[in-house]
Amino acid sequence: MIFVTVGTDLPFDRMMRVVDSWARDHDRRDVFAQIGEGGWEPEYIEFTHFLQPPDFKRRFDEASLIISHAGMGTILTALLCGKPILVMPKRASFCEHRSEHQMATAKCMCELCLVQVAKDESQLMSMLNHLPEFIVPGRIVPGRIGPVASGSLIDSLHDFILRSPKMRSAETSVITKRS
Amino acid sequence: MTGKITKVLAISSGGGHWIQLLRLRPAFDGCAVTYATVREGYRLEVPGEEFRLIPDSNRWNKLALLRCALAVLWLVWRLRPDVVITTGAAPGYFGVRIGKLLSARVIWVDSMANVEELSMSGAMAGSFVDLWLTQWPHLARENGPQCFGNVL
Repeated sequence: MIFVTVGTDLPFDRMMRVVDSWARDHDRRDVFAQIGEGGWEPEYIEFTHFLQPPDFKRRFDEASLIISHAGMGTILTALLCGKPILVMPKRASFCEHRSEHQMATAKCMCELCLVQVAKDESQLMSMLNHLPEFIVPGRIVPGRIGPVASGSLIDSLHDFILRSPKMRSAETSVITKRS
Repeated sequence: MTGKITKVLAISSGGGHWIQLLRLRPAFDGCAVTYATVREGYRLEVPGEEFRLIPDSNRWNKLALLRCALAVLWLVWRLRPDVVITTGAAPGYFGVRIGKLLSARVIWVDSMANVEELSMSGAMAGSFVDLWLTQWPHLARENGPQCFGNVL
């Protein structure tokens, strides 16, 4: 299965049109998409607007490839499940997102060898047409993250959160005295 | 330790914000945590934990923003957390803003998606949060957000 997802927010018609047209041209009946609300509806592939988390997880587990917008949630889930992921960044200029950050997210995650990126429709079509070549085992390194974060971020947050309220009132009184 | 369990409110909008918030769970060890987010389906991802549903909002819909802010105000007022932590976006901003007004220590962890600059809400939260974090070292600044690592 190929699982296609556009995220929980706005639809992503540019990506969906390419995937739908590629699936039709190659008679691929193993593509399922979550397309969001209010966008263009695929003519060939099976789709739904939104998936509840358990269904989303099941679709992920069944998939051998994820095609998605460059959203951190989907990227993290793909890394966690050990699935290769091809992302196309949403653009604010096409009203697909509220800011242009996905171009940079995609570029950075690609540089870390965590995702493959198609910048636009033509690149996506070309990558889909060469699927076996770009899903080379080892080229993407999935499954490299654990179920939760670890390391310095967690330690710093844990220390900050457990700093005792007593210490906090002491800090506050010092600040009050100063002011 | 004073013997009192630290009450944490972990709040975010859906999608990547929620997934990143959940990846921070080990940081809440030893605390009484309440999770607040915008989709009922996410309740299944924190089984056995306190979970509150709040209305979703974003800056394109002012009425939804107001509704969300009021719901978060009510939530924080009732809960009186010691710490509020968020990964964004609008509902998380309201969480730390209102938490701060009600004397909680508040933490902003900007989403890893924001590689070139902080999110708009993250930049706004910087003026009042107690711990202001980016996940990208190149965005850390003296007198600005700090970077202690990322959610990977």
